[in-house]
Amino acid sequence: MAASSTATKSPPPPGASFNAAAWIFSIATCIKLLLIPSYRSTDFEVHRHWLALTSSLPLRQWYLDTSSIWTLDYPPLFAHFSYLLSLAASLFDPAITSLSSTGSHTPGTVLYLRLTAALCDLSLFFASYRLISTSRRRSLFTLVLVLWSPSLFIVDHVHFQYNGFLLGIFLLSLGFLEEGRDLAGGFVFAVLLCSKHLFLVAAPFYFVYLLRHYCKGGFFRGFSRLVIMGTAVAVVFVASFGPFIYHGQIKQVFSRLFPFGRGLCHAYWAPNIWVFYILLDKALAFAFTKLGFNVETPMASFTGGLVGESSPFSLLPQVTPIVTFILVLLSMSPCLVKAIKNPQPRHVVRWVAYTCTCGFMFGWHVHEKASLHFTIPLAVVAMNSLDNAKHFFLLSIVSCYSLFPLLYEPQEYPIRLLLLLTYSFLMWVGFSSHFAPAKKNGLVGWVSGIYLVGLASVELYGQFIHPYLFEKKLPFLPLMLVSFYCAIGMLYSWIWQLIYIMRHT
Amino acid sequence: MAKRKTKSNPSLSPPPPSHFPWPLSSSPPLATAATICLFSLLVRVMVSLGPYSGQGVPPKFGDYEAQRHWMEITIHLPPSDWYRNSSDNDLLYWGLDYPPLSAYQSRVHGLILNASLPESVALRTSRGFESHASKLLMRWTVLLSDLAVFFPAALYFLWAYSQSNFGEKRAIMWLLAMILLNPCLVLIDHGHFQYNCISLGLTLGAVAAILLNNDVVGSILFTLAMNHKQMSLYYAPAFFGHLLGKCFKRNYSILHVVKLGFVVLATCAFVWWPYIHSTEALLEVVFRLAPFERGIYEDYVANFWCSTSVFIKWKRLFTVESLKLMSLSLTVLAFLPSLVQQVKYPSNLGFLYALMNSSFSFYLFSFQVHEKSILLPVLPASLLALQEPQLYSWLTYYSLLSMYPLIRRDKLLLQYIASLGLFLLVFYLPDRAHSGVNRSRLYYKNLIWFVPLLGSVVLHAVYLLVKPPEKYPYLFEALMMLLSFSQFVFFTLYSNIKQWKLSWYASGKKDL
Repeated sequence: MAASSTATKSPPPPGASFNAAAWIFSIATCIKLLLIPSYRSTDFEVHRHWLALTSSLPLRQWYLDTSSIWTLDYPPLFAHFSYLLSLAASLFDPAITSLSSTGSHTPGTVLYLRLTAALCDLSLFFASYRLISTSRRRSLFTLVLVLWSPSLFIVDHVHFQYNGFLLGIFLLSLGFLEEGRDLAGGFVFAVLLCSKHLFLVAAPFYFVYLLRHYCKGGFFRGFSRLVIMGTAVAVVFVASFGPFIYHGQIKQVFSRLFPFGRGLCHAYWAPNIWVFYILLDKALAFAFTKLGFNVETPMASFTGGLVGESSPFSLLPQVTPIVTFILVLLSMSPCLVKAIKNPQPRHVVRWVAYTCTCGFMFGWHVHEKASLHFTIPLAVVAMNSLDNAKHFFLLSIVSCYSLFPLLYEPQEYPIRLLLLLTYSFLMWVGFSSHFAPAKKNGLVGWVSGIYLVGLASVELYGQFIHPYLFEKKLPFLPLMLVSFYCAIGMLYSWIWQLIYIMRHT
Repeated sequence: MAKRKTKSNPSLSPPPPSHFPWPLSSSPPLATAATICLFSLLVRVMVSLGPYSGQGVPPKFGDYEAQRHWMEITIHLPPSDWYRNSSDNDLLYWGLDYPPLSAYQSRVHGLILNASLPESVALRTSRGFESHASKLLMRWTVLLSDLAVFFPAALYFLWAYSQSNFGEKRAIMWLLAMILLNPCLVLIDHGHFQYNCISLGLTLGAVAAILLNNDVVGSILFTLAMNHKQMSLYYAPAFFGHLLGKCFKRNYSILHVVKLGFVVLATCAFVWWPYIHSTEALLEVVFRLAPFERGIYEDYVANFWCSTSVFIKWKRLFTVESLKLMSLSLTVLAFLPSLVQQVKYPSNLGFLYALMNSSFSFYLFSFQVHEKSILLPVLPASLLALQEPQLYSWLTYYSLLSMYPLIRRDKLLLQYIASLGLFLLVFYLPDRAHSGVNRSRLYYKNLIWFVPLLGSVVLHAVYLLVKPPEKYPYLFEALMMLLSFSQFVFFTLYSNIKQWKLSWYASGKKDL
């Protein structure tokens, strides 16, 4: 049989592996090219505006400018990245870098920005290629799982963001930590933090791990290493925030980066723990009203900001940003304890993915796009064993499905559905071929199978049955259903990761 | 526990990292086929994001408007009026020129559009109707037709292929990808906007049925294909020769011939039912199907008449009648060797070659050939992708070159680049050597191969960037046409020789 014959063949030369990896990236690029004419969200205008902003205005006005509602709310290094992109933009189409926008985009603008998003994914390619070359257990299929992820296609190349580029930097830092090059890993993570501050949720882990793993070996050596690491990180922060401290704008910068005026949830609830909390509150309010108690309907809403003292909850206690912060730290603590007790490089990816999951599950104003931050690192370790593969299979389907409401136009409906279905079947094929002998434990157990069938039913309900039954009324009901159902899957993933970390690391 | 035991089992460790993403030979066949089908469908959906033919170009627009107009006509008028000039049906504005099955299909699709967006197919008032919603609906009708006809036919063919003993079968999934990801079909059907997937799908189903010795089913399917688009007649000599040859090999051959003939006629009668009550009605339809008054060629198509017209001005030297006779005799001469070979030595593999040869002979020498008709030889070439991989990839590339001016007119350049890129990437799979796809070194490193390739790449860029000289405004189109034509002649000669070679091997042996 073919399986035994491959074992006796001599391994192909290393160049062949890079060819196959380049092949995988090229196929993804062709798909990104085909997605150029598709729907663009307001994020497209946001990034175009930042390109225009950074190329037209001097540095001291970047965080002060209010010529558009899309103000700069990413840290300075990302602004410098936008500036780099804008350098070649004028060659393409001068309309890209004009501060005043007419609302509609010229074809040159669309082409240029989409091409930069596709090209910047090279960082993801190189980072993940490094990760699979340094570990014996990861095969090329890991690269397929990362580069062909439907969530990345949907968020980066339709909705429009630069997550692939940033996740590449993230994976690079994780790769350095895995190889034991802690200083490089810390440095790259600092660069990442100064490009997108959402990764701060992994910072406690990095701090603890680097402290224990890098700064060890006696008092003097440990202390000197602490100083070295601190200097490296400080250099990055000074380089990015220094100019703004000089101009006295640091408060303004931070108010742009951390807009705490927003509510607990986004307009569409990200599938995290708060969905259950909100629904419980509503259910209790309904039940108590039926029982005859007088329940006030709250004035504030979940998506609006904190309106003074009033709470958006009818019965249950109010949730403030401090509460979410404490909960995130509490849920991360088992992992931090593990890292303190025995910091091993080979578990880094899993630990960091877990911290990002905690941030997603308990954080304040979490956007469902943040699920990318832990599904992509988990893709890297998905091939380690059948259990990991099973978990990743379920997680990637649930997280991709939770992103569906981002593309709400009918033109993109077949695209997002087919992206998810193709990826699911591809995972099935890849995992089944790799873990072929384990016929007893299939890829999808009873519970997962029923859950996935339920997922399909939720989609069927939302698309066909709900419009038929309710027409235009209750438009939020299908979205609530999607959030709730995906939250169950996310909760399972969080618990599974916690148990796995406690048991196996 | 079972989990702990399997963890220590060494055979569970994954194959070495340098192996292709997943080992093609040990992957589950059904799931792999499903993945390939879903991916091909995804590519079609993404290509359909682009513009269609004649988008925003009044007064006549393009093929998209023609299809929309046919939906309008077929849902509002009775069948007897579909091919007749009337105040509601102006035959000069995109009159129906496909056989009745196309009209029935238009009616079904028209009913779908009428249910959601009636103003897009309202009688007389919807001329040139263009909106985002109607574009979506029309695109979805093509996707549904593709999914309903072409995809099952491709899977059926794959099944038939695996049952026949053609030799190398490990790469059968690659063959499915080659059939479904052909950029010519995807760009024309889902970009330019046509319904070739239905007639080609029916033909493919017929081929599969005949490979499995279901000659009756095959004849029915092929007759339906011919009744959907008359261009399917390009394959008729191959079907005729192969089936006749098989009948002769059996006892009571005349009985089998009569049986098949009856089946064909019955299917035709069924499809043409509204028109067979009088010769007048019948002739009305037939006259629309064969528009001889349009001349022997139109625009720039890479066939014999158009290419040689650079040197010999056929339209000026001969009348339409004599040109009709010349093209008929040349076409018959071109497909005659392949027809005779199949009648004498019918074989499954020979049948596939015969399909390619007869469609090429019609493409090169027939009357009023459109550049989109290159799709007809491309289909059998895709079926032979495992036997003749280089031929298939070259034919696809030069077919795309011959359609390049059309693609540029439709502004489908991005989709062109991306789908050609995807096709070439899947063709040159990194693990092909391990998965059993043979690489016939036919063209490798030959001057015949390299110089035209370089020329064509240059032409692609030049056509976009450089303005043609005033004296010859269609210089680049003519160059592309001549280049493609030269390669097509080579392909035809090569595949005819290959088909005859099969009978030299097969003489004395069992049926291939």
